[in-house]
Amino acid sequence: MKKQVLSVLVQNHAGVLARVASLFCQRGFNIDSLTVSATNLPDISRITIVTQGDEQMFSQIVKQTGKLIETKEIFPLDASSSLLRELLLVKVAADETNRSAIHEIANIYKAKIIDLSVSSMVMELTGEPDKIDGFLQVLAQYDILEMCRTGVTAMERGSVRHGG
Amino acid sequence: MILTGAEIIAEVLLEQQADTVFGYPGGAVLNIYDALYKYRDKIHHTMTAHEQGAAHAADGYARATGKTGVVIATSGPGATNLVTGIATAYMDSVPMVAITGNVSTPLIGRDSFQEIYIAGITMPITKHNYVVRHVEDLADILRSAFAIAQEGRKGPVLVDIPKDVTAAKTEFERRPDPVRLAKPVSQLDYLEQAAAAINKAERPVIYFGGGVSASGAGECLRELTEKADIPAAYTIMAAGVLGYKEKHNLGLMGMHGCLSANRAVDEADVVIAVGTRFSDRVALNTDKFAEKATIIQIDIDPSEINKNVMVDISLVGDVKEILTRLNRLIQPAEHTGWMNRIAEWQKDDFQPQDSDSVLKPHQVLNAVCELAGPDAIYVTDVGQHQMWAAQYLHHISPHSFLTSGGLGTMGYGYGAAIGAKTAFPQRPVVHITGDGSFHMNMNEACTAVSYQLPVITVIMNNAVLGMVRQWQDAFYGRRFASSEPERRTDYVKVAEGFGAKGFRCTNIAEFRAAFAEAMQQNGPVWIDCVIDREEKVLPMIPSGGTVRDTIMN
Repeated sequence: MKKQVLSVLVQNHAGVLARVASLFCQRGFNIDSLTVSATNLPDISRITIVTQGDEQMFSQIVKQTGKLIETKEIFPLDASSSLLRELLLVKVAADETNRSAIHEIANIYKAKIIDLSVSSMVMELTGEPDKIDGFLQVLAQYDILEMCRTGVTAMERGSVRHGG
Repeated sequence: MILTGAEIIAEVLLEQQADTVFGYPGGAVLNIYDALYKYRDKIHHTMTAHEQGAAHAADGYARATGKTGVVIATSGPGATNLVTGIATAYMDSVPMVAITGNVSTPLIGRDSFQEIYIAGITMPITKHNYVVRHVEDLADILRSAFAIAQEGRKGPVLVDIPKDVTAAKTEFERRPDPVRLAKPVSQLDYLEQAAAAINKAERPVIYFGGGVSASGAGECLRELTEKADIPAAYTIMAAGVLGYKEKHNLGLMGMHGCLSANRAVDEADVVIAVGTRFSDRVALNTDKFAEKATIIQIDIDPSEINKNVMVDISLVGDVKEILTRLNRLIQPAEHTGWMNRIAEWQKDDFQPQDSDSVLKPHQVLNAVCELAGPDAIYVTDVGQHQMWAAQYLHHISPHSFLTSGGLGTMGYGYGAAIGAKTAFPQRPVVHITGDGSFHMNMNEACTAVSYQLPVITVIMNNAVLGMVRQWQDAFYGRRFASSEPERRTDYVKVAEGFGAKGFRCTNIAEFRAAFAEAMQQNGPVWIDCVIDREEKVLPMIPSGGTVRDTIMN
């Protein structure tokens, strides 16, 4: 099972996300993460999907999603020629005994401390999914109270322009 | 001109040459029906007994004519009753526009009376669907719906219209030409490679399906079979494309197909799959399907390539266009040895035994074909009778075998037959059903009576759910759970109760007399054909099996 990142440009209509989600659900396609947002083009939204599967499933995902009337464009994003980013918020139990150790780790990963209380610390980290995984692994030795990540958003390097 | 939303619907229907619609009125579509009343001289509306029947009628109308079928239903239960009909059309790629009313915009989202989110419900069973929020958008949305239904791989589109939108007024301008979407670009990079594979094939076989009918490519297909001397087997969706007696016609393939046709595909060195999707009723074992062959797939839908069976060469685009181009690259050939081998296998094909004393399904169907004539349209329900119809109706014209192949909808037949008869009042329409399927939607008899539609219903009555029972017999130790319902329905009386005519027959002579009389009626007729419950559909390849697992008795 390989991970793949897909970019889907869709018409900015009510219900379009439901259509994509319904299709994935019906056909048993896996979704690791899915992000959707507006773009610089007012009538286009961009969905970034991280999915897993073999070549055949991946090709089916591209073709079936491409068939939706509201899909304008769909293309895979190759890790080497694309920028993949994710945002993490993580709340760790932290007091005077371990605060500085956690701070040290945050510095190494260039994570920002965005909230601090007597017994907790919230950190923000943006980066490639692998970097976030690594950060979380190191933090695993501490008591993680809450955690959420946005899922991957991505685009190709260089002057390529989609959706125009 | 300033029109109401409801009048705009009528105008766009006319624009799209949709002069025949099927439906059922109700609260949320009262404005639409008021407009249909106003336009009654230009738009013929058939009201059915149940919205499901209306959806199947629109489907039958579409399959028989090639035009887009239109069905109208009210909100809530009216809309949900369409669901099976829409799904049936979706699975068989039938162009349809379903128009549903909904509660007025301010009532949406409040669980109002007869409110349902039909756009959400039908998302996975339509090519696309719309909720119209503003009357100004209505005309163009409807035009798009018709365009999408016919574009590329055909299918159903639903347009949900709140009641206040049908009452609101706006400027409307007629558009003489229906909107057409840009034709999808064909992917023909491998056209020459495909031709080369066919040209050097020693044991080629064509395997074709509904896409050939949908594209109107029957002639091109015939040309390919004749020019390169290639035998062709079909799926149930393509019955009638080639004539029964044509030299290259191998007959039906798949689970209940001819042993020889399935053998030919199994032994072939090149299989050309045309407008077909390797479903589990044909490619029962996807790993072993046409194992020895280079498979060439031609389809309009790119997502069908490599979906179920991995193919070697694919050509994506309109089947007719591709076959036309392919035929130019094909060299005339003769495969006499291969054709002779298949002819030898045909001697082992299943042969049913005739009887004078009891009714045999194949004899009934042979008689139907003979008496109904070459112009008839046949419509089936789902089950044993459907497979027998596919096997033994030997004279079917193109676009004249209407059956729910993909979804397998019991109860499809009567509505679809009404749709076909509405489209072609002069052609005989024979509805072949079983007692199980017929009990699902026999209520549409009232529609056939109201509109004086002489649809002939032939009921293969074995008093059991034959196909379920056949599987229970073969795979469940003859434990006939809920397949022998002990119904006491008197079809002659029920037919008469509806205002139709009924016959009951127990042997072939009685059947022939009844059918001949039925052909003279100007209203619907039911013919109850009593058959033995042990009758089986043979041959049969069990699910997941190959031709080597074929059950012959």
